Amino acid sequence: MPTNKITGAEALMRSLEHEGVTTLFGYPGGAIMPSYDALYDHRDTINHILVRHEQGAVHAAQGYARVSGKVGCAIVTSGPGAMNTVTGVADAMIDSTPIVVICGQVGAAFLGTDAFQEVDVIGVTQPISKWNFQIRRAEDVAWAVSRAFYIARSGRPGPVVLDFTKNAQTDLTEYQPKHVDFIRSYRPTPQIDEAAIKAAAKLINHSERPFMLIGQGIELGNARQELLALIEKANIPVGCTMLGLSAIPSDHPLNKGMLGMHGNLGPNVLTNQCDLLIAVGMRFDDRVTGNIATYARQAKIIHFEIDPSEINKNVHADLAVLGDCKETLAAVTKYVQVADNSEWIARFGVYEKEESLKVIEPAIHPTHGPLLMGEVVRRVSELTHNEAVLVTDVGQNQLFGCRYFQFTQSRSVVTSGGCGTMGFGLPAAIGATFGAPDRTVCLFVGDGGLQMTIQELGTIMEQHSPVKIILLNNNYLGNVRQWQYLFFRKRYSFTPMLNPDYEKIAEGYGIKARTVVERTDLDDAIRDMLQTDGPFLLQCAVMEEDNVLPMTPPGANVDEMMLEIK
Amino acid sequence: MDTLYTIITYSENFAGILNQITAVFTRRQVNIESLNVCSSSTPGVHKYTITCYCDEETVHLITKQIEKKIDVLQARYYTSDQIFIQEVALFKLSTPKMLEQPDISLTIRQHSAKIVEVNETYSIVNFTGLPEDIDSLYTSLNTLDCVVQFVRCGAIAITKNRRELLDEYLEKINNL
Ligand SMILES: Cc1ncc(C[n+]2csc(CCOP(=O)(O)OP(=O)(O)O)c2C)c(N)n1
Ligand SMILES: [Mg+2]
Repeated sequence: MPTNKITGAEALMRSLEHEGVTTLFGYPGGAIMPSYDALYDHRDTINHILVRHEQGAVHAAQGYARVSGKVGCAIVTSGPGAMNTVTGVADAMIDSTPIVVICGQVGAAFLGTDAFQEVDVIGVTQPISKWNFQIRRAEDVAWAVSRAFYIARSGRPGPVVLDFTKNAQTDLTEYQPKHVDFIRSYRPTPQIDEAAIKAAAKLINHSERPFMLIGQGIELGNARQELLALIEKANIPVGCTMLGLSAIPSDHPLNKGMLGMHGNLGPNVLTNQCDLLIAVGMRFDDRVTGNIATYARQAKIIHFEIDPSEINKNVHADLAVLGDCKETLAAVTKYVQVADNSEWIARFGVYEKEESLKVIEPAIHPTHGPLLMGEVVRRVSELTHNEAVLVTDVGQNQLFGCRYFQFTQSRSVVTSGGCGTMGFGLPAAIGATFGAPDRTVCLFVGDGGLQMTIQELGTIMEQHSPVKIILLNNNYLGNVRQWQYLFFRKRYSFTPMLNPDYEKIAEGYGIKARTVVERTDLDDAIRDMLQTDGPFLLQCAVMEEDNVLPMTPPGANVDEMMLEIK
Repeated sequence: MDTLYTIITYSENFAGILNQITAVFTRRQVNIESLNVCSSSTPGVHKYTITCYCDEETVHLITKQIEKKIDVLQARYYTSDQIFIQEVALFKLSTPKMLEQPDISLTIRQHSAKIVEVNETYSIVNFTGLPEDIDSLYTSLNTLDCVVQFVRCGAIAITKNRRELLDEYLEKINNL
């Protein structure tokens, strides 16, 4: 009798294809070998990228997801392989990034016996994933994969972990593609409450000094047009969170810059002067609010959110507008009156001038002294016509990157916001080159963070993935050194670092490299990098003890930004 | 001000959900006073009755964070006047001490508790009532220094609401 049964591993491959997966980042090992064997027959449709460490696979999947809007996918083995993904899963959770991580697991009969490379992956990832599930039977594969992708991408996106036992990979099953788009216990998008929409419009219409805070929710909701329609009609100035930086073009006249600890002066100071604060798709992180006790106390607060558990979590909202912001913003716009607000908007200009004079110009147009991170970032941005994808690692490189890179297109910021994961940058940039193959991907990374995932240069070499790596080398764990300088009496406890010869390392990987020390060489080197087909390492020998400014010291009020030190 | 809240949660009958629910309390550093899990009147749906002391803002956040779990159908919190609560307690008492001190059996009778087993070593008392009445009985018996073992089952509760919120939710969902 002919049988149309297939293995669970083959069912996984077909399910991934059914979900539209074309790129898979991974690393094989014992417990996932049956799936890798099945993958061998699907190489035409699924492009598997062999990373050099499982953490790299997850960050690459994150980078892929962030620029493409699709679900990123990683596959690894059990035990140590699965544990190496944990940092990335936690990072994706706090930054709402849709990824599915598939881990091998020992056979169901061995579960709980401390078998070789058995780790309780479900237990470990439960608090850091949006959902996780152990697939113990081949017949559950199609359902579990479809459910995983649905949960990862819907509502507020997030990471899903599938723990795939070896027997479920090798056992035979009938295969029927599944399409999960409904789970009765899961309401990804709250229903819109018309009364809240009208109340929001009323608050906006009655306000004299409205100010909007936008976060990654705008990107995730694909709501740029709806956002612009609202703010342009009612003339509402906007501040962006770090993850929301490319939600609106940098040069839009109503874009008043970045919020937060190292954000721009105007949006931070005026948070405490507006009469209406409208938060959209952002979660009032402490890096944005500073001292919560004095945060926007004078203002009424409206919170547009897709996740009900965010309302009143950190900041009390006078009005919650639940729903997908693409819909809620459009709905509110209908009831909003045209407003002028020019006097209020002009107040941002005063702070812009001050910040520009004291901080920005010296950072991006210095005339003497060592090369600065700010000028490198701004020149790379300009020479890519502000159209590139910005990927950053964590530290001063990230803060200067986010402050001085400029954006025209959506989904152009890939940075580890909520977790601040050093080592995120290089693999995330690799993922971004696959997620947005037609765009230039520029990574700014520090000498510390590069070495946390430097093995991924091997992936870049093998894939010839065109990451433009700009190494901002200050010979320090710079961001920590800055805090030691400010808050620990300049005691540089283990932040100076002896660095290797990065050009030689790049050379070993066959990656073209160049080092810039002199300001006069910068443009030429950047052009060289951008004109090179493929990856490039541009090492910039930047000022060693530079500080990111302005800064709201931790716990200080949002309007107490330091523009200079001392 | 900390109040006793009862959180009633319904979930699908999948493994691991209890863990997910209790983890929400741990992260918020709220101690669970009592916890009861059983199958509900809706087939395939589990019911969790959890009591804790905290302020309203905290219980509100905890409830929303529980409901956010993918396989949780509904979570709601109640103050004690909004629900009908009962709890069962069992006491193992020293029979010699009971014979010595008549106050012990008086206390048991005053609380309308039942003596369900007696032998020369110990007696077992069963009491069903409000959690605070169990507290009171326990305190009284304890001051009489006769309690050998004490156990309580954790509060179970039924809402006094005339509407059945879970049924309404399931009906709404099924009609989508
Ligand atoms: C995995 C991890 N470990 C430690 C830290 C703490 N940390 C934050 S920034 C920083 C310094 C980063 O140094 P470098 O990569 O050279 O970047 P720079 O600040 O010098 O630009 C450190 C150690 C972190 N964010 N992530
Ligand atoms: Mg450094």
